[in-house]
Amino acid sequence: MKFLSEFRDAGLAKGVVSQIHRRSKTPARFMEFCGGHTATILRYGIRQVLPATIEMLSGPGCPVCVTANADLDKAIALAQMPGVIVTTFGDMLKVPGSHSSLQKIKAEGADVRMVYSTMDAIHIAEENPSKRVVFLGIGFETTAPTVAASILYAEEKYLKNYYVLSTHKLCPPVIKALLASGEVNLDGLICPGHVSAVIGSRAWDFIARDYAIPCVVSGFEPLDVLQCVDMLVTQVEEGNSKVEIAYRRGVRPEGNPEALRLMHEVFEPCPAQWRGMGTIPDSGLKLRSTYQRFDAECAFDIDPGPTREPQGCICGDILRGVKTPLDCRLFGNSCTPEDPVGPCMVSSEGSCATYYLYGRNSGR
Amino acid sequence: MADRILLAHGSGGKLAHDLVQKMFVDVLGNPILAKLDDAAVFTASGRLAFTTDSYVVTPIFFPGGDIGKLAVCGTVNDLAMSGARPLYLSLSFIIEEGFSQKDLEEIVNSVKEATDEAGVTIVTGDTKVVDQGSVDKLYINTAGVGAVAPGLNISGSNAQPGDEVLLSGPIGDHGIAVMSKREGFSFSTKLESDCAPLNDMVADMLAASSNIHCLRDPTRGGLATTLNELAKQSEIKIIIEEERLPVRDEVLAACEMLGFDPLYVANEGKLVAVVAAPDAERVLNTMRKTRYGKEAVILGEVVEGDSGRVVMKTHLGATRIVDMLVGDLLPRIC
Repeated sequence: MKFLSEFRDAGLAKGVVSQIHRRSKTPARFMEFCGGHTATILRYGIRQVLPATIEMLSGPGCPVCVTANADLDKAIALAQMPGVIVTTFGDMLKVPGSHSSLQKIKAEGADVRMVYSTMDAIHIAEENPSKRVVFLGIGFETTAPTVAASILYAEEKYLKNYYVLSTHKLCPPVIKALLASGEVNLDGLICPGHVSAVIGSRAWDFIARDYAIPCVVSGFEPLDVLQCVDMLVTQVEEGNSKVEIAYRRGVRPEGNPEALRLMHEVFEPCPAQWRGMGTIPDSGLKLRSTYQRFDAECAFDIDPGPTREPQGCICGDILRGVKTPLDCRLFGNSCTPEDPVGPCMVSSEGSCATYYLYGRNSGR
Repeated sequence: MADRILLAHGSGGKLAHDLVQKMFVDVLGNPILAKLDDAAVFTASGRLAFTTDSYVVTPIFFPGGDIGKLAVCGTVNDLAMSGARPLYLSLSFIIEEGFSQKDLEEIVNSVKEATDEAGVTIVTGDTKVVDQGSVDKLYINTAGVGAVAPGLNISGSNAQPGDEVLLSGPIGDHGIAVMSKREGFSFSTKLESDCAPLNDMVADMLAASSNIHCLRDPTRGGLATTLNELAKQSEIKIIIEEERLPVRDEVLAACEMLGFDPLYVANEGKLVAVVAAPDAERVLNTMRKTRYGKEAVILGEVVEGDSGRVVMKTHLGATRIVDMLVGDLLPRIC
């Protein structure tokens, strides 16, 4: 088992595609929540091979994209403080805040370091005892447990110079807000794979139950996504709405209990600001009071000043699935991956960057 | 401190002379270099190709090679990609004070090994030592001169509709091998850099066909960037097929983990050839008989229309754009 080539097998994929064509009779609109799915769909041209009955929408599942300018501005302000090292994942460096980006202030002399895991940030803190090291915690339920683990490690080692600026976000509350708003009508939801590996497929039961929308958890290979679409089509045609898993090698109904335990030990839900969606109750994670001394919001006097949203950028509408990148006047003109205006053009999982890379004139 | 490079080693005084003699002349020895005159004097006639490149790779030692081998192969390959037979190279070092002499020796030995394999001679060189922190360990610049056969015209602007696009082997080995050793990454892989001199393969290809239109080595920016350069320079469209694209499982796995696309990962021992269709099979078979072309494939074709664009037929039979690399490759979040 090589875990990759099997899930890209052209013969198998074509078989699933023709099965979808045979089964799909009713027009249906599916949303892929996760930016990773958007990338797979466009990279392999999946929209082009699906029947005309199926419409695919991209959702808000890109952690870089949904990070509000206010949070980015805080990270930038922290990095500009003397004696502070800001560490974060690569994608975040390029995202423009209100006035600058971490990459730009790094070039101007701020100490911003890209890390590949929270433990790298911990090591930087251990090696620089005279500096204060802030990890910009970003991501959904996928990254939050690893950040929680780093805080528990820092506490165990009495590390006094490690802090986390938590901009973590939770997926089920945002989907709930999206559906409750009534802005988009969905006939099926492709649920995120990695997030579900942590929180379990049961976390989506409320969508099937309360909104009567079929849900299928998908992996990230083309065959995973095609199988998932096939299962959604089957539910639509049979009039079902239940939660199924098309990613059994990664996801169980109950999720990953140890990761959840770590996350709940260190974090508690809080209101969070989402780009394009405003503040959503219980959709963010903040450090519990027991771990407050690691909380950058408490340890530093951060004043990033007023936020400014980029003129003409419709990232917010795109994240809600109301518009597509092709609807944006800036797309491909003043907003490109080289010089992004909005965050959706930055991340490899962002809708705009994915459309720009793979689908400028081949997407549907 | 005897085993460290000192500022004095670059000062032009006795230490510098000893270093040049012991480290460079004795190892790379040839009559032109051994003269130690201000410039190398050699005889060449006909059309010449001339190129230069600087090498700043981190880490300087990586699986499958080091900065010395890279500095020779890179310049040899640039010459070969213009159809030239590489002849002479220059070799200049900028070294950070405190650099290990033993490591320098190892790098010079790699230079020697690579020049022997490529059949080129280092005829001139220079060494500078700078204060600690001014450079990251050691940088190398090489320049090279090669002879181009009369009438031969290889250029990125020569691709024509109907031509076939050939690739000499699996992509992404160098980039992933180097990245696996970078600070902060350190994942273990058996993968080695593909760093190699390609001039012998090119010589065989040119002997097999007089209808090779373009040659290019897809280094930084990867295969996608090279194909885009060719499409733009020649004002044509290139269509490649994902099913034919050779990528090793290790590279694919590392790319999945990091969120990279192998099409954008660097190579140092691969080439892309655009060949008139009737000669494509012959050139392919010639490549496959060479040491570095065993896994060569016909990857796609050149077509008219949509000038400057590269598209790929995916496994599913759909098509997607293959664009140039934008900015740096940065790992994704989830």
